[in-house]
Amino acid sequence: MSAAEPLLRVEDLRVEFPSEDGVVHAVDGITYQVFAGRTLGIVGESGSGKTVSSLTALGLTRRQGARISGRILFDGKDLLTLPEDKMRAVRGNDIAMIFQDPLSSLHPLYKVGRQLTEAVRAHRDVSKAVARARAVELLGLVGIPDPARRVDQYPHEFSGGMRQRVMIAMALANEPKLLFADEPTTALDVTVQAQILALMERLQQELGMAIVMITHDLGVVAEMADDIAVMYAGRIVETASAAQLFAAPEHPYTWGLLKSIPRLDAPRDEDLVPIPGTPPSLINPPSGCHFHPRCPYSQPDHERIDPVLEPVPGEPQHHVACLLESGVRRSLWAQLREGSTPQEALAAVGAGEPAA
Amino acid sequence: MSGPESTSTPFGESASELPSVAQATPTTATDGGGDGPLVRVRELVKHFPITRGIIVQRKVGAVQAVDNVSFEITRGETLGLVGETGCGKSTTARLITRLLDATSGEIDFDGQDITRLKGASLKAIRREVQMIFQDPYSSLNPRKTIGSIIGEPFAIHGLLPDKGERKREVQRLMETVGLNPEHYNRYPHEFSGGQRQRIGVARALALAPKLLIADEPVSALDVSIQAQVLNLLRDLQRRFGLTIVFIAHDLSVVRHMCDRVAVMYLGKIVEIGGGDELYRFPRHPYTGALLAAVPHADPSRHGEQRSILGGDVPSPANPPSACRFHTRCPKAQELCSQQEPLLEDKGSGTRVACHFPLTREEATQIGVRSGG
Amino acid sequence: MLRYIIRRLLIGVLILVIVCALTFVFFRVLPTGNPALLRAGRDPQPKLIKEIEGVLGLNKPLIVQFWDYMKAFFLHLNLGYSYYSQESVKALITERLPATLSLTGGAAVLWVLGGLSVGIISALRRHTVVDRLSMGTALLLLSVPEFWLGFVMLLLFANDIGKLKILPGAGSYVGLTYDPWKWFTSLIMPWIVLASGGAAVYARLMRSSLSEMMREDYIRTARAKGLRERLVVRQGVRSAINPIVTLLGLEIGVLLGGAILVETVFNIPGIGVENFKAIQSSDFPVVQGTVLLASAFIIVANIVVDIAYAYLDPRVRYS
Repeated sequence: MSAAEPLLRVEDLRVEFPSEDGVVHAVDGITYQVFAGRTLGIVGESGSGKTVSSLTALGLTRRQGARISGRILFDGKDLLTLPEDKMRAVRGNDIAMIFQDPLSSLHPLYKVGRQLTEAVRAHRDVSKAVARARAVELLGLVGIPDPARRVDQYPHEFSGGMRQRVMIAMALANEPKLLFADEPTTALDVTVQAQILALMERLQQELGMAIVMITHDLGVVAEMADDIAVMYAGRIVETASAAQLFAAPEHPYTWGLLKSIPRLDAPRDEDLVPIPGTPPSLINPPSGCHFHPRCPYSQPDHERIDPVLEPVPGEPQHHVACLLESGVRRSLWAQLREGSTPQEALAAVGAGEPAA
Repeated sequence: MSGPESTSTPFGESASELPSVAQATPTTATDGGGDGPLVRVRELVKHFPITRGIIVQRKVGAVQAVDNVSFEITRGETLGLVGETGCGKSTTARLITRLLDATSGEIDFDGQDITRLKGASLKAIRREVQMIFQDPYSSLNPRKTIGSIIGEPFAIHGLLPDKGERKREVQRLMETVGLNPEHYNRYPHEFSGGQRQRIGVARALALAPKLLIADEPVSALDVSIQAQVLNLLRDLQRRFGLTIVFIAHDLSVVRHMCDRVAVMYLGKIVEIGGGDELYRFPRHPYTGALLAAVPHADPSRHGEQRSILGGDVPSPANPPSACRFHTRCPKAQELCSQQEPLLEDKGSGTRVACHFPLTREEATQIGVRSGG
Repeated sequence: MLRYIIRRLLIGVLILVIVCALTFVFFRVLPTGNPALLRAGRDPQPKLIKEIEGVLGLNKPLIVQFWDYMKAFFLHLNLGYSYYSQESVKALITERLPATLSLTGGAAVLWVLGGLSVGIISALRRHTVVDRLSMGTALLLLSVPEFWLGFVMLLLFANDIGKLKILPGAGSYVGLTYDPWKWFTSLIMPWIVLASGGAAVYARLMRSSLSEMMREDYIRTARAKGLRERLVVRQGVRSAINPIVTLLGLEIGVLLGGAILVETVFNIPGIGVENFKAIQSSDFPVVQGTVLLASAFIIVANIVVDIAYAYLDPRVRYS
């Protein structure tokens, strides 16, 4: 880990949306940080709050009547307290974001060049000609062949992978320090995904940019991220370096994810162990530990107590929000890693008893 | 989401056979080829015409979605169809289910040629071949209760006219797929994505089909739910001896679910073989590229060099000559643009359509390294 | 693109011919009264009627009559002669066309601009007082018959019979070239009346279209780029316009229909009034001529709209 100051620091962020059925607690007190030149992966499923937290960092949830509390520190300023015009100066300039579906995220009726020059001229006082030259340069930077001709084409004239490159070009127009990438490759074919991920890595190295990679795909996050935060039902349940998370995960949800995905490096007929149940409603999340209804190892009092992110003994950069005792967790994972089912692991460790 | 918490185990001890429909009204649609393959596809072609013209539309070209595809499906096996956008896997599935009419070629189901069937005989085949679709949110009619959705196959084929009997049958199906039978009268929007897929599976199984085609059944689901539905399908197959065609773009999922896998590219099958061989020793460069592109959930492999396939998939309306992959293939040579390679056994366990398949060393480098 | 235009033009001509034929048939077949009878004066002799029929060409087979008519039109642009006044139909129309054009043209502009701007404002200020007021007024204007609205406006604002005597009353229309100011002021009320229904529809459509477009992903991208909100809205409006443009072609027909009523109420010497009189007196050639004109107008408008749509949506161009 870097001992330097983090580029972005999110502190106890809470985001709530009013809705017809009640208040949606989209983000329920999360804290994380991103360092310059490094990639933080945020892993979570739908309803985990991963997208909302990133949109909030860019101030894009303000319009929806969201109630936001906490702090988002960037470059010495709390983004949440910035007035809109100052926030706008940050968006697309110091912090940029790319989204999942490049077909719907690009305006279908404007040429690609125009969308690029718009991004440039929003923050730089340059002539149209200069902006256009920059647009062509950007297209070349992201690997689009024949950029001088393609800059005058419409989004639908590009393939899926090319469109995502265009989105990336647009985001990089003003050389941001931080890039939020929300499921950038989910809608793409696997070979195209590999191209885009490689591109992002190369650009990160060339520009020294920090990336927050939001995804549900553990493979992608293992490839791209230096550090990982796992989110569930609006909370962060575990943060660690990528190596630590995959070698010695400490949260039952992380275990569940790892055991439930088919992996090319596992035996072919090994059974998948799904996480039982369904992701919870954010209007009425479970009390106490949000994961307890689906956790095979939960104890009765997990329904009452809110877990807090605490460092794992012996691994100061590895935090987990779990009410189980650390030794118990280690033993459980040791069992699961050898191929036991949760029930078997629980039996082996002795339900509820801390390991000797 | 107000649906019940459903687990994928157990399904209820009662159903050890598919619903009694199968026994009550045996279909006379097919004679039962007995030992032969359940499905035999021969030189199947599907071209979608592109027309242009002022008053009269002339055909100026065609999107060659499926081009001369041949394969067999053995009874009781799960065959995976893998490929990227535009490869023709979904079209192939729709051709087998006769949702589309083939341009040419032959499809044999259970010994009977179903390629040009129409009317009542086609309807009879529909009882034997069923499909589950990708998007659980748009593939169920939002205005019908799930009881009515799952029971619709009976209504269409004139079975179980007695309402009470039909309801009991539907509820048995619901239990089989892990849904609460008491939710018979609920509407699709009251269920989560994973549960809706279960509804789709229940509907597909209602008539005890011989062949089940699953078109990307888990792609739209959350990771933690995917495993539930995949396990459900595997268990149903084991219990009822279903034959399944599993279409997906996620190679890991296909490897887990399927006995044999066919890799498609631009309307052709480029490699087909058993799950183990194909993944450990891919022969076709495209298969190799697909495997190399899958990101591994293992950070320790992060720094490894991977050869990344460049370029984009060419348009199916204007595919490259001879071997369609030659424009992007790292091993392409002149022969590849002149003579189309045939799908044949090169002595390695899988059938591959390539003049210069990957060598053992190259394949081992890319292939899956694991036990089993 | 060219192919697209040519195809639409050819189909347009075909439709024109069909419409013409239909009108032909309707008037010969429907029991509107024999024009020869109407021309023959009081208590006519059958022989006189027959003679007049011969003069008017009504005794020839329908097909021949139609063929003659088509020939006259396409080759000489001759629309025949009024049974009533013997005037050339073409002259009759050209004399009265400017008035109708002034009326419908101005109304169309008002309708589009007014409707769209109110719609945009409402969309951006959804559920506020401004929004509810606009949409309520729109609903009112939609429901109210044009002639009623016309009369109400006259009673309020006309400087002869109205309460507030600020605008010229009925019958004060003059041609643009005679007195531009009078031309303008005499058309203000008619424009408002004719445009109100269409503007109301457009406002509501624009409101829903824009609201929908502003929820699209690319709007989120535009904001994420740090664009000023004004530019973001412009992107939304650009998308929202497309589905509405096609409607314009359809609504042109409604506009023309309304023109008749408004011309009558405000006593504007246009084609609408003329057409109405001709229908009542079974003056076929005049009716035929105006119908042909109106149809051609609508067809051209629709073709223009279709072309405009292809221009506005680059995704449509190649199909």
